[in-house]
Amino acid sequence: MEEASTIKSFILGEFLANEDPANLKYDTPLVSSGVVDSLAMVRLTAFLEEQFGITIEAHESNSDNFETIDQMVALVRRKRGA
Amino acid sequence: MTLQARFLGAAAAHGPRIAVEDLGGRAITYAALHGVSDRVRDRLVALGVRPGDRVGLCLRKTIDAVAALIGVMKCGAAYVPVDATASMTRAAYILGNCQVAATVVEEDLAPALADLSGPKIVLRRQEEGPLRLERALDALDAEGVASPAQTVLGAPKDLAYVLYTSGSTGQPKGVVLTQENALAFVDWCVATLAPTAADRFSSHAPFHFDLSILDLYTPWHAGSALVLLDEKCAKDAAALADVAASRRITVWYSTPSVLSMMAQAGRMERHDYAALRLVCFAGEVFPLVHLRSLVAKLPPHVRYLNLYGPTETNVCTYYEVPRPIPEDRKDPFPIGEACAHFRARVVGEDGRDVPRGDKGELVMQGPAVTQGYWALPEVTARAFLVDESGAWYRTGDIVLEEPGGGYVYAGRRDRMVKRRGYRVELGEIEACLYGFPGVEEAAVIAEPDADAGVRIRAFLCMADRGKPSIIALKQHCSSRIPVYMVPDTFAFLDGLPHTSTDKIDYQQLRTLGPAK
Repeated sequence: MEEASTIKSFILGEFLANEDPANLKYDTPLVSSGVVDSLAMVRLTAFLEEQFGITIEAHESNSDNFETIDQMVALVRRKRGA
Repeated sequence: MTLQARFLGAAAAHGPRIAVEDLGGRAITYAALHGVSDRVRDRLVALGVRPGDRVGLCLRKTIDAVAALIGVMKCGAAYVPVDATASMTRAAYILGNCQVAATVVEEDLAPALADLSGPKIVLRRQEEGPLRLERALDALDAEGVASPAQTVLGAPKDLAYVLYTSGSTGQPKGVVLTQENALAFVDWCVATLAPTAADRFSSHAPFHFDLSILDLYTPWHAGSALVLLDEKCAKDAAALADVAASRRITVWYSTPSVLSMMAQAGRMERHDYAALRLVCFAGEVFPLVHLRSLVAKLPPHVRYLNLYGPTETNVCTYYEVPRPIPEDRKDPFPIGEACAHFRARVVGEDGRDVPRGDKGELVMQGPAVTQGYWALPEVTARAFLVDESGAWYRTGDIVLEEPGGGYVYAGRRDRMVKRRGYRVELGEIEACLYGFPGVEEAAVIAEPDADAGVRIRAFLCMADRGKPSIIALKQHCSSRIPVYMVPDTFAFLDGLPHTSTDKIDYQQLRTLGPAK
């Protein structure tokens, strides 16, 4: 789960300054809990694209793909496999 | 004259034209919108709604919502729109606060409003087919047909709608706007934007946000179409950039935040914006770097209007951005001159005019100015400067007048900030934080931020001097206040700094570095 820990570090650094890393699990809800809002999703999308060399289509930048770190990892893997 | 009377005129003049369309392929003509809103009126009257009442609308951005708000006004009642995508705790407070006589609500949100008194018209979820509103009305008719009622043409002093904005004491406050207020603004929109039958207006702002007034009512004049951008699309830069082109929007109106997001992440170069003629923006300062980037991505014929004004006045000054934007310009553009239906002054702390060119508070007078806040006479009294020349609404915005005329925005008088175009009272965020278990003291400050416009930093002192989970804090906030009010960062102190008068020392909080 190398991708997961990379994404986790980014989220902790960008949106959860001061959080105990142990509180951010790979299945912690992020969009529905208000941690990631629409602007944060724009930044996360750009990060995932750059970090993992993928292109995320507009319709994929949604709460289904960004609700948890696990789901972001799944998106990245789908994109790399495609 | 009233909005509902204007609508009757529009329905008669432009009956077969498309009035509203959504992104799902649904569209409704002026004639059909007239018919459905008549049915809403009949049902609301049957449910006991009377002229002067308020009716709550807890609806997503749909054609149903447009028909519902026209139906409410046809009763001679005022509509009270609440954010159907945000905290229902807040929505329930708002609807209870202004004592709605009835509510039209989405089925999935109705349980959260169970304690609210008054009958409800519940709209079921449905992806396709006829208007959900019609199905809800059919179902109610099956139990007993609502007899036809008369449209109440009403009078200028009647309430048209109540728009709730952030309140400094922890609860939102309702800005009451009369028919006269609304029409003074709409008439200005018609004169300034010169809508034609060929125009297609965007509807980006939610209906509880005052930007929606321009979108909803300017098209009626010439039978233009309104294109509803639903909540999902409204936050998606690429989708917005796409629909602005593919739906051939001619008049766009949104906050600068949204336009900045489209310019940065919308891949606008993929699209053709030949139909677009006017981009209006309001609600906050448009950072020049993003405005330049937007202008560079749109065709040269497009005009840009910077509209300024609080909910209490709607747009009260405006400025047309010169093109090309001068290369040496570094500061954001001015907010411009007072609109024709306003008188403006710049006053000092003593309420007297400051010398021209000096900073002072912008105060406004005119037919579009609110009567005040719902059931808050003291707050209303404080909002106005009254002198021998009458009552002037205090915008709270500090401006200075340029030598050539027109105003430049220079900051706020109080603890209100604008975030993504929305008003945020920092006190309301603090009140929310005090509701988090174990919080002993809470304070928030706002700072300018190149990316987000404004960053909100929260400082907390916990009773156990511990450090709760930031995720839990964000979750607490987002279930109580709108997402644009949730602090970006949280820092924990063993005690907040205080001034000699024992108030929170915000100046000192500002000197504390970023959260560690």
